[in-house]
Amino acid sequence: MQKSRHDVWVGLFVMVGAAAVLFLALKAGNLLTLNFDETYQVAAKFDNIGGLKPHAAVKSAGVVVGRVESIGFDDKTYQARVLLQLEKKFAFPKDSSAKILTAGLLGEQYLGLEPGAAEKNLAAGDTITQTQSAVVLENLISQFLYSKAAEPAAPPAQPVAGGAKK
Amino acid sequence: MNWLNPAEVGLSVRSGLADVGEGARLFVRLVALVGATFGRMRLVVDQLFFLGNRSLSIITVSGLFVGFVLALQGYYTLQRYGSAEAVGLLVALSLVRELGPVVTALLFAGRAGTSLTAEIGLMKAGEQLAAMEMMAVDPVKRVLAPRFWAGVLAMPLLAAVFSAVGVLGGWVVAVPLIGIDPGSFWSQMQGGVGVWADVGNGVIKSVVFGFTVTFIALLQGYGCKPTPEGVSAATTRTVVMASLAVLALDFVLTAMMFSI
Repeated sequence: MQKSRHDVWVGLFVMVGAAAVLFLALKAGNLLTLNFDETYQVAAKFDNIGGLKPHAAVKSAGVVVGRVESIGFDDKTYQARVLLQLEKKFAFPKDSSAKILTAGLLGEQYLGLEPGAAEKNLAAGDTITQTQSAVVLENLISQFLYSKAAEPAAPPAQPVAGGAKK
Repeated sequence: MNWLNPAEVGLSVRSGLADVGEGARLFVRLVALVGATFGRMRLVVDQLFFLGNRSLSIITVSGLFVGFVLALQGYYTLQRYGSAEAVGLLVALSLVRELGPVVTALLFAGRAGTSLTAEIGLMKAGEQLAAMEMMAVDPVKRVLAPRFWAGVLAMPLLAAVFSAVGVLGGWVVAVPLIGIDPGSFWSQMQGGVGVWADVGNGVIKSVVFGFTVTFIALLQGYGCKPTPEGVSAATTRTVVMASLAVLALDFVLTAMMFSI
């Protein structure tokens, strides 16, 4: 192959471009959080998963111990079926409970795993039975309204100007 | 032109169709010449230097300032909702998905596309291309194909540099100037930017734009009237057509990639 006088500079340009792609993939993207450790799969059924998405973190005591693999719908129980990949080095008791939590006020949702007290540990293919659904704002509001309606009638609020006089 | 005369209307439709056909034929030839072009790497390397290295400064500076502005504007809006940490995610996603490929393609059309058109147009006006044909040298193979593939190679690299520098610019504004926690700046970004879904699709976009912009520039230069007015009109058409094509294609690509 013939040499070009621009070889060095073009080589530099290509290296800079490749470094930029790498930077985007590693630092801006989540390639680093993909782990190649061995994992075992556990299922969990939720009444409502809210905004949980695949690849969301599974945390226990705030430490990432796995990832959400996939989310499906079970048309027998009408529940969401969430498959989790937990890292093999972390073992959890069989009666551990899972709940869907939110990072910050508007942050992404993740799965919190609380260890139970059973002697046996979760094995691949097990299902976590004790789960707590995501907090859905609409349900909270409607619960609040129902509980308000169930209370005995509150004393009338301060009369609106000119309205309450008889 | 008299629009009431059917013969003239027919002629203009036919010549328009012939232009499209000629363009399609040139595109297919350029794509088919990929093997022959990379067999003579020296020509491609020289063009990469002119299209890539020489565009690097404008791309870097624009990327930096776009990153600054995105971080500032994003911060003003996000801090109302108490989620100023998400500014890193906003900067990275908008750069990687949209602004990186699109703004780079627009700048590339202005910086490199125009010089391609003017160069080829002047070669045609000076009858250099005709002289090559006389010597049994195929100008498409010798002149156009190395420029085409160099442009296709340079575009994704430039777009990646633009996005990376923009993310760094966003970091400069968000972390040292505004005072956002660097840990949550990066972790929010890493939580929301998918390597294949976002970075990969951005690279695909910039490759498509590389094909589009370089091809339009070469077609305009190769098909221009061999006069000074013809070359200047072709250069203008390169910028206008390439910009419109990039923006329209971006909409189509975004709808295909990120609709779900």
